[in-house]
Amino acid sequence: MSKNLDIMVKHLTRVEGHGNIVVNMKDGVLEKAQLDIVEAPRYFEAMLKGRSFHEAAIITSRICGICSLGHQMTSLKATEDALGLEISTQTELLRKLLVNGATIQSNILHIYFLVAPDLFGAPSVFPLIPTHTDVILRALRMKRMANDIGDVVSGRAVHPITPVPGGFTKIPSVGELKEIRRQLVEDGIPDMKATAELLASVAGGIPDFTRETEYISLKHADEYALYDGEIYSSDTGGTPDKNYLEMTNEFIVSHSTSKHCKHNRSSYMVGALARWNNNNDRLCYNALQVADTMGLMPHCYNPYMNTIAQAVETLHCIEDSIAIIDTLLERGLKNEKPNQDPTRYGKGIGSNEVPRGILYHEYEYDRTGNIVTANCIIPTGQNLANIDDDMKKLVPEIMDQSKEDITLKLEMLVRAYDPCISCSVHLLNVEFVE
Amino acid sequence: MAKPKVAFFDFTSCEGCQLNKLNLENHILDVLEHIDIVEFREAMDDKADEYDIAFIEGSISTPTCVERIHDIRRRTKVLIALGSCAAIGGINSMKNLQPIESVREAVYGEDKYLFPTLPAIPVSAIVKVDYEIHGCPMSIPEFLKIFKSLVMGKAPIKPDSPVCVECKLKENECLYERGMVCLGPITRSGCDAICPSFGQFCTGCRGVIPNADKHAMTDILLRHGLSTDEARKRLLMFNSYVSDEMIN
Repeated sequence: MSKNLDIMVKHLTRVEGHGNIVVNMKDGVLEKAQLDIVEAPRYFEAMLKGRSFHEAAIITSRICGICSLGHQMTSLKATEDALGLEISTQTELLRKLLVNGATIQSNILHIYFLVAPDLFGAPSVFPLIPTHTDVILRALRMKRMANDIGDVVSGRAVHPITPVPGGFTKIPSVGELKEIRRQLVEDGIPDMKATAELLASVAGGIPDFTRETEYISLKHADEYALYDGEIYSSDTGGTPDKNYLEMTNEFIVSHSTSKHCKHNRSSYMVGALARWNNNNDRLCYNALQVADTMGLMPHCYNPYMNTIAQAVETLHCIEDSIAIIDTLLERGLKNEKPNQDPTRYGKGIGSNEVPRGILYHEYEYDRTGNIVTANCIIPTGQNLANIDDDMKKLVPEIMDQSKEDITLKLEMLVRAYDPCISCSVHLLNVEFVE
Repeated sequence: MAKPKVAFFDFTSCEGCQLNKLNLENHILDVLEHIDIVEFREAMDDKADEYDIAFIEGSISTPTCVERIHDIRRRTKVLIALGSCAAIGGINSMKNLQPIESVREAVYGEDKYLFPTLPAIPVSAIVKVDYEIHGCPMSIPEFLKIFKSLVMGKAPIKPDSPVCVECKLKENECLYERGMVCLGPITRSGCDAICPSFGQFCTGCRGVIPNADKHAMTDILLRHGLSTDEARKRLLMFNSYVSDEMIN
């Protein structure tokens, strides 16, 4: 067993942002197994200082293109909490519809464009176009449908326009909502079921690896928690979002421009698999059915199955979106002026389940409505320590395989987390130096 | 005619413009018929040595970025800056407004030397840029229009009128009438006035038009009883590299 292994995957492909996989094994002893984060630092919290509450969500949406809606929602919640701005039921429903749309979009992108090439043995999605045309057309149709939700409700799927503190600058028309509903019913549900069948057929290619860890997500008594809920740990139970710093405990490591996090163990996991493990009893019936066909068990400790958990919740988001549109149409759409008259100035926290896991924004506003301090804690940053811990368990288990196979399994592991490295390296916990 | 070899590169950015290319769902298969994508890290494993057209997304903000952009420039015939970060520095350049050493120290403490950083600057500050596609994010219709010109070997047309022109054509209510500080009068058009059309002020993400009339801009603000300080600050959101001198 005196094996030497030296793996360096520079700028890992098919992930958002720049990361390197580094593994060293000498005489069978693992010396290093980690994901280096080499994304350029961005300094968003520093940029937010002195910015008006009208601008906070516009700026933070630019932390990440893929997660722009999630950052915007979380930012608006933090601002509204800090300034004491109530929102209407209609605003909440439209925001939940947007969160569903962004979750569908991101999950489909990950499943088809980033993970599927591994399961089909291709270097990218492009060679699959002639060989699997129907599959690619389905993926594009689903992405378009999800982006249509964003375009119609928020003006633009990437860096949304209409959601502002206290409401929306413009709401969709009845006709536009009905058209989205039609797409969700006629294309969305059948396409998602076909996606589940496809994943079930290639699920044999998902590596058999388990490592139980702590799973952290939002949790809500009445719904599958995405927009709303309290923080919940599979180890320690629930806590209000004002205690988020007790859950995240960030620390600096030299191999990553993104800080790492830990809570009850040396690492924890956020994202679709954490949501599945904590909240699968709140999913719709059809989502639970397809989970069963894809072999996802109620408690799953295989991080590679995160992609499968994404597929399951995508079907839930489609069905939930139909229900939200029905409620909106039943209530009748009303043009409402955004509520932008602050009732207080101070600190506020927003938390939200974005596709990659739980996201927190915290702002403090001065009496002129400008930001004094800001803090954003990103799902991918929370997952980094867990990815390193997975690698440290995985490499010794597969060390007898070829270097190519080991490298592929490591790449697939990192991709399974759907890491969003731009997000994670927006840079955290700035103490402003005057 | 051989298909042009096209590559996409990401520097310091949110990768939203790259994502928007994957959001070309209805057109992507047509586009792919006319080009060979030879490098696109976010979507594929392949790498190439030479390119006909290289699209650059993101600002230059680390020493490694500088090396990479010189290397790409050497290997490509045409280099396009894609989106605000690459074209004008964009939102990243807001960090330049604060002393860089104190920001680094505040974030990483005594470990600040682990992670080198530079002021965030547009691609054209380092290498020759053949064409810029503006916007945060870049707009899909504009990208397709420019893309078609490039593939046909024609010089794309660069809009140089302000957003107000497109906004008026759409018969939108002027947001100044609603008391909003809108940067439409001095911001480059080409976005079809998307933000004002959805009731939101223009953030200036496409950069300032050439020969902008800064006196007129200041005049509009004063006439509507709005603060020039607020407008200047707003302009710095995407245009810190360029400057705030457009508003008196």
